[in-house]
Order: sequence, then structure tokens, then C-alpha cells
Amino acid sequence: MTDMTQPTPVFVRTAPTPARAAPLAERRPLWRLLFGDMVSAAMTLVGLLGLAWMLPHLLSWAVINSVWTGGGDECRQAGACWAFLAEKYPQILFGIYPPAEQWRPIAVCALILGLGLWSLPPRNWTKATLGLWVGGVLGSLFLMGGGVLGLKSVPTSAWGGLPVTLLLTVWSLGLGFPLAVLLALGRRASLPVPRYLSIGIIELIRGLPLLSLLFIASILLPIMLPDGVSIDKLARALAAMVLVSAAYIAEVLRGGLQAIPKGQTEAAQALGLNWGQTTRLIVLPQAIAKVIPPLTSTIIVMVKNTSLVLVVGLFDLLSAGRAALADPDWPAPFAETYLLIALIYFTICFSISRYARWLEMRMSKGSRR
Amino acid sequence: MNAVELSRVNKWYGDFHVLRDVDLTVARGERIVICGPSGSGKSTLIRCINRLEEHQAGKIAVEGNEVTGDARSVEAVRRRVGMVFQQFNLFPHLTILENCTLALTQVKRMPKAQAEEIAMTYLTRVRIPDQARKFPGQLSGGQQQRVAIARALSLSPEIMLFDEPTSALDMEMVKEVLDIMVELAGDGMTMLCVTHEMGFARQVADRVIFMDAGQIVEAAPPASFFTNPQHERTRTFLGQVLH
Repeated sequence: MTDMTQPTPVFVRTAPTPARAAPLAERRPLWRLLFGDMVSAAMTLVGLLGLAWMLPHLLSWAVINSVWTGGGDECRQAGACWAFLAEKYPQILFGIYPPAEQWRPIAVCALILGLGLWSLPPRNWTKATLGLWVGGVLGSLFLMGGGVLGLKSVPTSAWGGLPVTLLLTVWSLGLGFPLAVLLALGRRASLPVPRYLSIGIIELIRGLPLLSLLFIASILLPIMLPDGVSIDKLARALAAMVLVSAAYIAEVLRGGLQAIPKGQTEAAQALGLNWGQTTRLIVLPQAIAKVIPPLTSTIIVMVKNTSLVLVVGLFDLLSAGRAALADPDWPAPFAETYLLIALIYFTICFSISRYARWLEMRMSKGSRR
Repeated sequence: MNAVELSRVNKWYGDFHVLRDVDLTVARGERIVICGPSGSGKSTLIRCINRLEEHQAGKIAVEGNEVTGDARSVEAVRRRVGMVFQQFNLFPHLTILENCTLALTQVKRMPKAQAEEIAMTYLTRVRIPDQARKFPGQLSGGQQQRVAIARALSLSPEIMLFDEPTSALDMEMVKEVLDIMVELAGDGMTMLCVTHEMGFARQVADRVIFMDAGQIVEAAPPASFFTNPQHERTRTFLGQVLH
């Protein structure tokens, strides 16, 4: 052996390296976040000044100078007129529905809300629940419309406010969703007729503003129908909303369908499942779970779209609120009324958003790879 | 009667002639291993048997029933033939148990309790009964593939097709899947396996088939296939996969 030869590098571990705790994440204290550098400090100061400038006005309007009780005359001053809401809330919530019968829209709202809450946990997603919804929604129509079981008949032109908003939402999504599934499946079909039909419907509806569709439904449809045949105005508006929600949801679903690997359908086919079973049990559940975030956005947009029916003379929550403002005895407190309506819309939409987030987390738990 | 009979089967993907005059007869209880370079048509061949792919010329018969595009024929062949895929293809939104009972309750219209009993029998056979309530994503690749085997076996098929069942697995998980397949072969199941596991071929195959460019180039019992391959292409291929 000479000095020229290098020993072969051999490494054999003698002692194992024990696992150590991970280092703690560095946390920036709040004051460093707000005043850490010149830019942050300047932004913080501007923000605080802005708040200091606006907050007193807001406080004096909303609280200090506000009127909580009394009538229209007490309200003719600077502060917020909360008394108006206290007085007019039935009209904002239920429109021009006969006051003596207002337990009916209240019952409808409670029914839909109750069904909604019941349907939240996925373990309640059963055929029975679906039946409850169909029964509940049809029951709501009878309850609102009356004319049976000794209930006073109330035409749809007198319906208004929250129940109309809720019913339009439930109907347009409830009928729109199955239609959307058909359109999305049709768009991916290999047969040309369903494919081009689906593409045609989706592109046509998406290419038209909802407003123009509502006008078409409420003005053109009666002209096109033969004499003597008339469709209720609410139903006409509803038809337009169903089509719109179906077209948009179909495109969202198509994205989900495309994300399902081919192996999933092949495995289902190899097990002997037919097309319907494969679609219903394997493809759609996975596709829907994949598109919960965009689906939520579409649903929230549809909830808010219901407010557009005011252009064809229907009284949803927003237009019922506007109608309530027309009382000459009051100084028309727009801000207060719109705040209340905004609060109701926000509560509905934010709840949907939180629920969807929860659902998404729950679904991803099972299917993570 | 033979389990599977293919005569002059041809298939094209567009202009690409993927299966060329394939003739193959598989007796009941026979274990066939199909190997060959990628793109040689071996997966396509077994996928034609249960009609996941459509053949355009020639005749395929399973247990004497011809495989055609007719819905009844497709249903009949799929009732007899189970399949295991390279990518497992478990249903990620269903539990392990639900994966195995789905076809029993939906296709065979079996009551849930009975289906679960059968599924548990096969999950026990592939040695993962304790994972039945988990979701596929919570299992290792080897475990998922064993579930896939149990899922196919739950329908008591007469013929099992394996499409590269160990190719997507980490090395240390290959054996647990192969062990199950060896057991299955020992039970007398008719098997057609596309695989590069030559050790498995040696151990259980009655015949090894080498495919290249859409044709069967050589078919022989493993003893002569590995020691005395006749065709030049077979020798080259074996030189590449055997070390």
C-alpha cells in the first residue's frame, strides 16, 4: 500500500438521528405589521384618520340622532329613522300581501328555512328529503295562493317580499339543477343531436342578459301564445330564471365532469354498471364535489338575481322594500331600508358560502389521494 | 368449452393498426401472462375481451358467447369477467366496503347485508378487512390494488383480467399484490395478466405470450419461453427485461 491509494469512502451509520420538533413559525407582532416600515405606518395613519373622520358621522346618524320610535314627523331630521323599519317591516318582508293573512308568508318562509336547515347534513340527503322539498315547495304555493281549504285566495300579483325571493330561489335552483345536469351531460354526449341542442341552449341563454330574458318572458311570451292561454307572470319570470341558472350551472358541472379520470367510468363499466348507474353513482357525485366553489358562486349570483324580477313588476324583497318607501307619511328613509334588505341578502348568501366551505372540507376528507 | 376465444381480431386507432389478426384460445383455468414493449397492443387486447375497447374485425367469444356491441352481450361478458387496472381505479368518494358492494347491490340487486358479507369475505382474502370503513385515499398503493382485486372478485367472475396491476406501485408493494395473484392462480381462476413481472410469469403462467406491433409473436410455456425463446424480437425483449 502506498500513499497514492485513497481509502474507499464507506459510510455506515452508527447512531440514529432522533426526530426533533419543527421550529416555531415566526410570528410578526401586530404593531410591526401596522407600523413596521414607512409605507405601512403611512397607510395605517391614513386609515385611522379616515375612520376618525367618518365614524362620528356614522355614529351620530345611526345611533345618537336616530329615531327609534314614533311616526313620520319625528323622522324629519338628520338621524336614521329606524322607527320606519319597526313600522314598515311587514310590508318590506311581505310586500302588499293582505296584512290579515300574513301568517301565511311567515309560514312559507319558516317552511323553506326549516327544509334548508334540515337538508344541510349530507346524511339527510335521501329520497325522503327530496320528497319533503317537493311537498314543501308545492305546499308553499298553495299556502301563498290560497283558494283551497278555506284559505282566502291571493293572486300572485299581491305576493311579495322575502317569500317571493325564497320561492324564486328555490324553484330556479331546484328546477335549474336537474336541467343543468341534463345539459352538461348532453353537451358531452357523442350523439350529435343532444350535443348540439345542449350547446345551442347554453350559448343562447348565456349570451342574453337576464334582464332581456325576463322581458321576453313577461312581454313576448303572452304575445306568442294563442288567445285565451295565459301564464302567470310569476311563472313566466320563473321560467326565465330556471333557464338562466340551468345554463350557468351546466357549464360549471361540465368542468367537473371533465376532471373525472376515464378510469373511473371504465372501472364502473367493468363491474357491469350501466350508463345511468355509472353517471348517477360514480361520475356525478365526484364531478359535483369537484366544483363546489364555482357552484357556490353561481348559486349566490342566482339568489341575488331574483331581485331583477322587479323590472317586470314582481315584488321580491328588494322591490317590496322600495314600495314601502313610497308612503307619503314618511320621509322615505332609503338608506335604512336598503341596509335592512342588504342585511337579509347578506345573511342568506354568506350562510350559503360558509356551508359550501364546510361541505368542501368534508368531501375532500374522503377523497384525498 | 374454452374460456376465451379470439380469432383474427383486428383493431385500429384511427389509422394506427393496433391489433393485427390476433388468434388466441384460453382454456378454463388457464393462466396466461402477456408481455411485450409498450404500444404493442397487449392492454388493448385484454380490454377488448370485456368490451372496454371495441374490435373492428374478427371474433371474440367469452365462454362461448360472442362479444359484440349489443347491450345484452356486453352485460353478459362483464358479468363473467373481472378486471384490475394499472391505476387501481377505486371510487374515491366511496369507502372500501362500498367500493366492493356497489356492483353487488346495483347490478346483482343483492340486499346490502348479504353484499357486505360477501365483500368482507374477499377483503379478508386480500388481507385488509380492517380497512373496510376507510376511503381509498387513506390506503397505500398496494392496499388499494388489493381492494381492487377484492372488488372484482366480489362479483364471482369466471375470468380475471389484469392490466399491468403492479406497474403503478412502489417496489416494496409489488410483492403483496403478486402474492394475492399467485393465490388466486392456485385456486384455479382463469387469468389473463398483462405484466412485466417475469418472476410471476415463471411461477404461475401456463403460457407466456409475447406481443409486438399488434401481433402475437411467440407463445410458449414459461419453461421454454424463458430458456429457449424462438423469435429474434422475443430474445431482444427478454434481454431488456431480464437481468
